[in-house]
Amino acid sequence: MSQTSLQSTLSHQTAEGALPVAKRMFRLDKSFLGILPFLALIGYFFFYPLAVVFNESIHDSHHHLTASAYKALFGGDYRNAFIGSFELAAYSMAISAIIGALICWAVVKTQGHARKLIIAAAGVLTSTGGIPLAFSFIAAFGQEGLVTKILLNVFHWDIYGGAFDIYNFWGILLVYCFFQAPLMVIIFIPAVENLKVEWQEANETLGGSRIAYLRFVVIPVLAPAFISSCLLLFASGFSAYATAAAMSNGTIPLVPLLIGNLVNGEVLADQANQGDALAMGMILVCVLVFGLYALVMRVSRKK
Amino acid sequence: MDIHGSTVEFHGVTRKFGNVVALNDFSLKIKPGELVTLLGPSGCGKTTALRILAGIDKEHSGVVEIDGKDMSSIPANKRNIGMVFQAYSLFPNMTAQENVEYGLRVRGVDSVARSKRASELLELVGLASQSARRSTQLSGGQQQRVALARALAIEPSVLLLDEPLSALDAQVRSQLRDEIRRIQKTIGITTLFVTHDQEEAMAVSDRVGVMNKGNLDQIDSPSHLYNKPKTPFVAGFVGLTNVVPAVAQSKNEVLVLDQVLDISEHAPSLVKGEEVKALIRPEAISIEKAAKGAVVITKSFLGPMTRIGIDVGLHDLIYVELTSKEAKKIDTGDHVEVTISSDSVMVTHA
Ligand SMILES: Nc1ncnc2c1ncn2[C@@H]1O[C@H](COP(=O)(O)OP(=O)(O)O)[C@@H](O)[C@H]1O
Ligand SMILES: [Mg+2]
Repeated sequence: MSQTSLQSTLSHQTAEGALPVAKRMFRLDKSFLGILPFLALIGYFFFYPLAVVFNESIHDSHHHLTASAYKALFGGDYRNAFIGSFELAAYSMAISAIIGALICWAVVKTQGHARKLIIAAAGVLTSTGGIPLAFSFIAAFGQEGLVTKILLNVFHWDIYGGAFDIYNFWGILLVYCFFQAPLMVIIFIPAVENLKVEWQEANETLGGSRIAYLRFVVIPVLAPAFISSCLLLFASGFSAYATAAAMSNGTIPLVPLLIGNLVNGEVLADQANQGDALAMGMILVCVLVFGLYALVMRVSRKK
Repeated sequence: MDIHGSTVEFHGVTRKFGNVVALNDFSLKIKPGELVTLLGPSGCGKTTALRILAGIDKEHSGVVEIDGKDMSSIPANKRNIGMVFQAYSLFPNMTAQENVEYGLRVRGVDSVARSKRASELLELVGLASQSARRSTQLSGGQQQRVALARALAIEPSVLLLDEPLSALDAQVRSQLRDEIRRIQKTIGITTLFVTHDQEEAMAVSDRVGVMNKGNLDQIDSPSHLYNKPKTPFVAGFVGLTNVVPAVAQSKNEVLVLDQVLDISEHAPSLVKGEEVKALIRPEAISIEKAAKGAVVITKSFLGPMTRIGIDVGLHDLIYVELTSKEAKKIDTGDHVEVTISSDSVMVTHA
């Protein structure tokens, strides 16, 4: 207490340039105390396992230090898994971001029950995800699925006639969009709701067209939220496990699936640290994405 | 800045939302360069009238004309009307300067010309030094100044102000209010101002229209409205008024609080025995200490004036305003004799 008050007294007496630094230190001091339990929690449940994983990833089964697991990431199945996950994350991000944003746009234009219903449904779809979603998908779009049969018998359209298969990349991509698009709705809608009617009306009375409004107001105002939502979708698509596990019969290489296989010991016990290295790689991708996210937030807040 | 004042006319404009009649057969003519205020409680249809004139709301019957030209087929973005909203109307991704330039930008005015014009307007509203700031970095009052500058930048034929001051602190409010009036007079722009604050309406307007549930009850100069309200609603909304039951004694006389008053000045044409309501301003009542009779119940000091509430045996107290010096002689609990001066009493049949 006496220390902090001394510090704040000092900060008033120092030169202008020094003042913000002293203030920042003072604030940091206090906030640290408040979040201490939280820090302990994430330390135990996040950083500690992370350290364990990292430690294991750089040792082989004989406890010798090695980088071989990391080297292996750059070739063969592991490399393909990173490419596969990257593509799945990127495609599902692009499709879901656009569909989700359009849904948001439509939702804020509707009032009352319809609006609540859509937001609630988005919440359910996002959090259900995974296995239930995959199964309902198989039940609908599988070779014996209801929708498949209806399309075939009523509309004479065989969706399996072409490249489509719910167990291949495009099938999984489709399923991913079913939880990614609702996720987009949930994270992007606050920004869209924040668009004020007054801006639209001001644009109109000032002589602006709808296009001018979109171009000069809506797009610039929503851009930061849109970009950061996309990044979150990317991270979500890259690291999703349950849906992929339920949908894929192992034919599509994806990082989370390989990690699962390796950790479950379905492959050679010798490669246990390979799973750890893959996990570290995935964490690195997510850290990079969140770094970008933080950057976007910072730039947009400065404006 | 040569904005010529346009004539604005509403002819029998009606707007319904479901079975709510937001605006009912609304007619109004605003002269070039005049500032007319629509005054009324929340929900009486003020904003609806503005939005219809601006062309934002087109779902109405009746006709709106500017300079004699029917606006029906003209969309909002071609009407050349400047509008200032209650709050939150500045584009958040732009600086004050860019906001003011916006209307010119969408008109394709080159950047040198529009920058020059925006600077002039920011100067006019006293914000030249804040031109590079964003709306989040401006105070509420400053934001409204920028919004005003932005609306004026397009040299509109009409200026619409929808409760532009109601989100501001009292002090900023009265200052900006006077400034809006000064600017409006300087450039001579026809203006329709909307507020629920009667003091604000009285202070800035050439004429004030009092609205009640979608109807324009009365439109007159501020002093006329105060001294000759046509309905109890208008009387009640424009300053404090005692509404007291009265009985007609003849065509020109009423019995109010045991006094017979000649109100022929207001040409009331009453029927003898008719029960009416007398509208009496607090300053039209004088009181004298007495041994018995009406009792002083409340006494509120208002600065130069003191308001006294008296129980005269009616359901409500009647209110009297005395200079605070006079009021010193009177305390709560005192008995008083009440005298009404007939020249500022009106009656209504309602
Ligand atoms: N978009 C709308 N939908 C339904 N009712 C509305 C709408 N806009 C206004 N109203 C109704 O019309 C009436 C007048 O509203 P408004 O013109 O906004 O009043 P004011 O500006 O005087 O407060 C109110 O009863 C309001 O509830
Ligand atoms: Mg309103």
